[in-house]
Amino acid sequence: MSDNETPRKLCIICSKGSLDMAYPGLILANAARMAGAEAMIFFTFWGLDMVTEKKVDKLKVSTVGNPSMPMPTMLGGLPGMSSMASTMMKKKIDQLELPPIRELIEILDDSGAELYGCQMACEMMGLEKNDLMPQVKDVITAMDFIDKSEGAQVIFV
Amino acid sequence: MATASYNGHTVDVDGEGFMTDPEQWNREIAGAIADDLGISPLNDDHWKVIDFCRQDNAERGAVPGLRRIAKQTGVQMKTLYKLFPKGPGKLASKVAGLPKPKSCI
Repeated sequence: MSDNETPRKLCIICSKGSLDMAYPGLILANAARMAGAEAMIFFTFWGLDMVTEKKVDKLKVSTVGNPSMPMPTMLGGLPGMSSMASTMMKKKIDQLELPPIRELIEILDDSGAELYGCQMACEMMGLEKNDLMPQVKDVITAMDFIDKSEGAQVIFV
Repeated sequence: MATASYNGHTVDVDGEGFMTDPEQWNREIAGAIADDLGISPLNDDHWKVIDFCRQDNAERGAVPGLRRIAKQTGVQMKTLYKLFPKGPGKLASKVAGLPKPKSCI
């Protein structure tokens, strides 16, 4: 890539807060930074959970409404199933040397990725900027996001 | 197989310019690759990272990802991005004469 070329930019909208849906967006953003592309993440709706101080360490795998779960949906709804699936997934994540979500958010911040919370979603969930991890740069509106993502490739997760 | 020439040394490279045979690498070649990538001169931290990548690759048969590099060398993540701007994930391996890493972290 030559010096005067504008670097590629990836904007990822993270809208889901389950453990299994937290990794894809964050890892994509991290891969972008590792490969020299710019990365920005907009956390909206349940996606805010992965940057909410009180929730980030307690994300769970969803066993209901998840067609890829290797168990019947009826069983997935039983008490403890989601916790069990989460424990199993965390073990696997650890084996693969993947960081927990909190560390991944810190890595992304260190890498220079820009993290933003969605203002409307924060209002809906009764969250303020200081309820979010300090790596979240700001709480912005959807229109701000549109402005900031101009010219970028946008991915919805 | 494509080749590239650095300071008079001819080495095998893949389509993206990663060296395909770590044995063909030497420190002079690393300096020349870094020159080409606009990240010279290489300082002590660069060498710490490069040496670790080569050693880890030789021991484990895989090029380490950034998280592993940061944890094992003590060079902080932020610093890695300063040492190898425009993509430390790829550039550290390139200078170290290793294949493109498979790790996404």
